[in-house]
Amino acid sequence: MIYLLCLILFCLGIYCIVRKRNIIKIIIGTIIAQYAVNLFFIILGYRREGRSAILSPNARIENMVDMLPQALALTSIIIGLAFTSILIALALRIYEKYKTFDVTKIKELQG
Amino acid sequence: MNNEKDKGMSLIVKTVTRLTAGPIFLYGIYILSHGHVSPGGGFVGGVIIALAFIQLMLAYGKESAFKKLPRAAASFIENLGALMFLALAGLGFTGGYFLLNFIGKGEPFRLFSAGIMPLYNIAIGVKVGAGLFAIFIALILLRINREDDR
Amino acid sequence: MIAAANIAPLFIVISLGGAFLISLLEKRMKHFPYAMGLIVTGMLLILSLAAVKAVGLYRILIYNVGSWKPPLGITLVIDGFSAFMLVTVNLIAFLIAIYSGPYMERYTSKGKFFALFLLMVAGMNGVVITGDIFNLFVFLEIASIASFALVAFGTGRHELEASFKYTLMSAVGSLFILLGIGLLYSFTSTLNMADIACALLQKGKSNISLMVAVMFIMGFGLKAALVPFHGWLPDAHPSAPAPISAMLSGVLIKSLGVYTLCRLFFNVLGMDAKFSAVLMFLGALSMTVGVFSAIGQWDFKRLLAYHSISQIGYVFLGIGLGTPLGILGGLFHLFNHSVFKSLLFLNSGAVEYAAKTRDLRKMGGLAQKMPVTGATALVASMSIAGIPPLNGFWSKLIIIVALVDAGRFGYAFLAVLVSIMTLASFAKVMKYAFGGEFNTNLGDIKEVPGLMRLSMTILAAICVIGGILGFAGAREIFLGKAGGVLQEGINHSLMILGGIK
Repeated sequence: MIYLLCLILFCLGIYCIVRKRNIIKIIIGTIIAQYAVNLFFIILGYRREGRSAILSPNARIENMVDMLPQALALTSIIIGLAFTSILIALALRIYEKYKTFDVTKIKELQG
Repeated sequence: MNNEKDKGMSLIVKTVTRLTAGPIFLYGIYILSHGHVSPGGGFVGGVIIALAFIQLMLAYGKESAFKKLPRAAASFIENLGALMFLALAGLGFTGGYFLLNFIGKGEPFRLFSAGIMPLYNIAIGVKVGAGLFAIFIALILLRINREDDR
Repeated sequence: MIAAANIAPLFIVISLGGAFLISLLEKRMKHFPYAMGLIVTGMLLILSLAAVKAVGLYRILIYNVGSWKPPLGITLVIDGFSAFMLVTVNLIAFLIAIYSGPYMERYTSKGKFFALFLLMVAGMNGVVITGDIFNLFVFLEIASIASFALVAFGTGRHELEASFKYTLMSAVGSLFILLGIGLLYSFTSTLNMADIACALLQKGKSNISLMVAVMFIMGFGLKAALVPFHGWLPDAHPSAPAPISAMLSGVLIKSLGVYTLCRLFFNVLGMDAKFSAVLMFLGALSMTVGVFSAIGQWDFKRLLAYHSISQIGYVFLGIGLGTPLGILGGLFHLFNHSVFKSLLFLNSGAVEYAAKTRDLRKMGGLAQKMPVTGATALVASMSIAGIPPLNGFWSKLIIIVALVDAGRFGYAFLAVLVSIMTLASFAKVMKYAFGGEFNTNLGDIKEVPGLMRLSMTILAAICVIGGILGFAGAREIFLGKAGGVLQEGINHSLMILGGIK
């Protein structure tokens, strides 16, 4: 069930990337999609009534959530940070050259 | 002198920043150094340290933040952090393996334990803190330069 | 563990260390970045040749990082296919590093260029040698992020637009890869590629592995610029500085796209008729669309970029066929394409350096003023079009023969047709750019500096003698091992797992 929410969030992000015209909104779309994937990773490791996977001196080791997907999500957050910062830097530079954030006006190259 | 005061945000923000920037920095160091025994670690601690500097910059304007940590120094420290990590990882070769935990593990749940993990955390924290601040500067300077051109 | 396996982590350590040292010391020493770039890539080249030798002796080198036993820890695995890719990547990287010293004089920040360049090399080496699927993703992102910054290096209007498009499409592609990795992890509870293959084998075929395959085709196909996902390539490759275009076209799309797809499909998910049909169809589609788009282009570098799509199609057609000969031809073409496409991009860079234009209509008679560039461009064009004594001919021949052997006459016919179209398109390049009367509007044109000529000449020499790699003796050492890894398929993963335990 909660996986479906993840999927909806991901689709929202992709929709935002494909459909929006403003560069900043497109970047926000990538961030939303990124977070959907991170959420997916966290849910993967979740167990019903599990406790966080932190060892402390007087705790019993039982019913812990899987912490490997959490580590993966942390890594993917860092990669997302790099992506976002490079996208924003590019967007700023594009605004400097084209004086607009509208992608329909930025199309001098034909892919 | 008057000009100096007008830079940055209002008096309230400046006062609050003066009070909070130090504790935030210290909290970052705490998270950084306890990364191996409690939640947290290099990346999180580094981000918090960077936030302290970013807050200073937002409140006081770029000059006074640069007085604390110049731009060249930020990128220098970032590279130093990365090289530190790499050197630590390379030192593992003395034990035969790359990234080997070659120092004694010590007793669990103590501050000085877990071999080289705290050292890795410090290296990552330095790298992330300086790197995040450098990214922030790069983004903000781009805007300032453009406003100067007009 | 075999002692020779100790070279595995060096590929990552040296290149990363070089990158950080450069950005640490670039301000203090003027020539340091160039020297360091040369030293690092040269060392990597020597190491990768050593890796080929070691693989010849031991077949598979496995390295457990931090002495954590797999599947808990990360493993680095060098087998025939990895060693083959390592040589390709590092050979091209070394020659391009030689070339980019004089070329990058015109740009402001040489230090940053070389730091990013080495980061990209580090990412590609990491992708090739890692045995852990998430680690593969991380290295892939290192290489891609460095390449986004390098595409936008000129910070002109076109560069920024191309880089933005490239970054955005890559971001979506990597999200799909990440989702695929998540699904695989939830299904098999492990991240080690050999272990995943084992678990998939035990659980049998299921819809999950099909779904994952679709996501990987989307994600890695985008990095490899297969046709439905190729939109970024014709913008990004021409906009980058010439050495980076050569790097992107020559090795980046191969190590990030072709290598990863082949590795995951053959050795992890397991190849079957469905995947094979999809890969061959996509390959044929890219081949045709690429060449038809290329033939009408007047921008030198844009034309080359479209040809990259077309030639990647050949590689996929060969590898997707799945017969030993087909795989061999595909891999051979991959190597050859790296060599001659890098050479062509370097030539276009040399022309741009001297004549300050990329429009073919404004050039003419450049061969008289720039003899070395003209001659090497001729060799490369003949090679890409498949003229007999050169390497491009042999690999295309092998692919076509393999297709005919397998009874796929339609695809074989298409491959021949595309080859002829390629020839036509490069005849146009040679006629307008290098042949004919000298166009006096260009003003005073000089040949490019010596180091640039040196690098182009070496690549041209490899083009000429590269054909021998396809023949019996040399084939066993280099290509045969790489092809063997793919043919063994999942059994190869089982063997790696056997070596670990």
